[in-house]
Amino acid sequence: MRKSAEVVIIGGGVIGTAIAYNLARQGCTDIVVLEKEYLASGSTGRCGAGVRQQWGTEMNLRMSIASVKMFETMNEDLDYDGDIEFKQGGYLLLAYTEAGWRQFNENVALQKSFGLDVRLCTPAEARQIVPHLNTEGLIGATFNQTDGHCNPFHVTDAYAKAAKRLGVEICTYTEVTGIRRDKNRVVGVETNKGFIATEKVVNAAGGYSSVIAEMAGITIPTYPERHQILVTEPVAPLQNPMVMSFHHHIYCQQTPHGSFIMGLGDPTEQPGFNTRATWQFLEEMSQKITWLLPPLKGIRVVRQWAGLYNMTPDRTPILGSVPELLGYQMAVGFSGHGFMLAPMTGLLLSQSILGLPTSLPIEKMDLGRFERGELFNEPSVV
Amino acid sequence: MHDRDQDIIVCRCEDLTLADIRALIQKGYRTLDEIRRISRCGMGPCQGRTCRALVQRELQASGINIKDQVPGVFRPPTKPVTLGSIAEGAGRRSDHA
Repeated sequence: MRKSAEVVIIGGGVIGTAIAYNLARQGCTDIVVLEKEYLASGSTGRCGAGVRQQWGTEMNLRMSIASVKMFETMNEDLDYDGDIEFKQGGYLLLAYTEAGWRQFNENVALQKSFGLDVRLCTPAEARQIVPHLNTEGLIGATFNQTDGHCNPFHVTDAYAKAAKRLGVEICTYTEVTGIRRDKNRVVGVETNKGFIATEKVVNAAGGYSSVIAEMAGITIPTYPERHQILVTEPVAPLQNPMVMSFHHHIYCQQTPHGSFIMGLGDPTEQPGFNTRATWQFLEEMSQKITWLLPPLKGIRVVRQWAGLYNMTPDRTPILGSVPELLGYQMAVGFSGHGFMLAPMTGLLLSQSILGLPTSLPIEKMDLGRFERGELFNEPSVV
Repeated sequence: MHDRDQDIIVCRCEDLTLADIRALIQKGYRTLDEIRRISRCGMGPCQGRTCRALVQRELQASGINIKDQVPGVFRPPTKPVTLGSIAEGAGRRSDHA
């Protein structure tokens, strides 16, 4: 591990590696990425692997649309020796209440204004898209074909390999224990393997973002929240789109590999670092999904796990610098959607760190918005 | 690499050969967890019950001391169960409640 670096990035998930690659690509290669376990071992590797653009607020929309464009050519752009397994089978979002349907109508109007080719569907039209969908109680749906799935391990691997080729040092099994500051400037990062002098540190610590911010003396309103997922055995292609219901707090998609990945958000989940799986999840997930998508009854569950969403009060990430500490930047609080927003986040943070004009107005997503009361309040989160 | 290694299956669920595993170790995936996540080795219906020990042996043979590594987490359910059986069982239990 080097003794000093121009930039130290804390977190070897998809966000940290995407930022490292984007910095290096623009000539800033004296970078260390610190990861306390192995790459994608935290929230990235535990996520539902979905890629969605159907958001209800401006910045999530703009970031996800730009990110999808980047996923489309990522294998080539990063000269990856594997495959990121990007599949654009669409997302079908289901509405079961009048309020939900009104929200979908508003979302679609906003989404179209940013150029998304999304459409409102009747229950019959939804069934044409997913023929085995149980439409009982369904009011309507929205569908966007260019949403889909991507492999989080491979995307992180692709960014990490491309960054390394450009000279970035990635230190796995290296835990950050402190951030050293001199008054209002960052001067270095302490780890269990030694000290690295740096004037620029990036908090990309996912579920642990508030712990890292605390080390820098910054208070941020993010908190970890457990979300559970299961995966089935791989079966022949049966379902192209992701099917998602905010009313039932569930989502379910078949990956190109053939397995189904499905998850359930528990509205009563308390903040905390617990990532243990529960039998209650397994039962509730099975009951809800076999009601909604009956042919899944015969498919076997092979594994269940849990990971941390890093939540913010308005379910929108916090990006960029803070006025009270020079050299501190963050890309945190993705509220369950860091993987799908990672490509654009990598670019925006690199621009912010290098002091360049940013491709999107990331100042809208700063920490200060909570004090100013300029919240996004993203409605579309499972 | 010996040709023979391409004919030896290590992970039956995901069709990974000894040659595949040795190539991954060579590329720098040096723990069981890293190999599993990049290749799906051990992530199929048997959940690593066959390949886990074989991969660990290969790691050890390539000079990595596996006693320093976490052995990976065994995740539920213990064996594959259909979504229908779980849903039915859950329904029956709540009927009795």
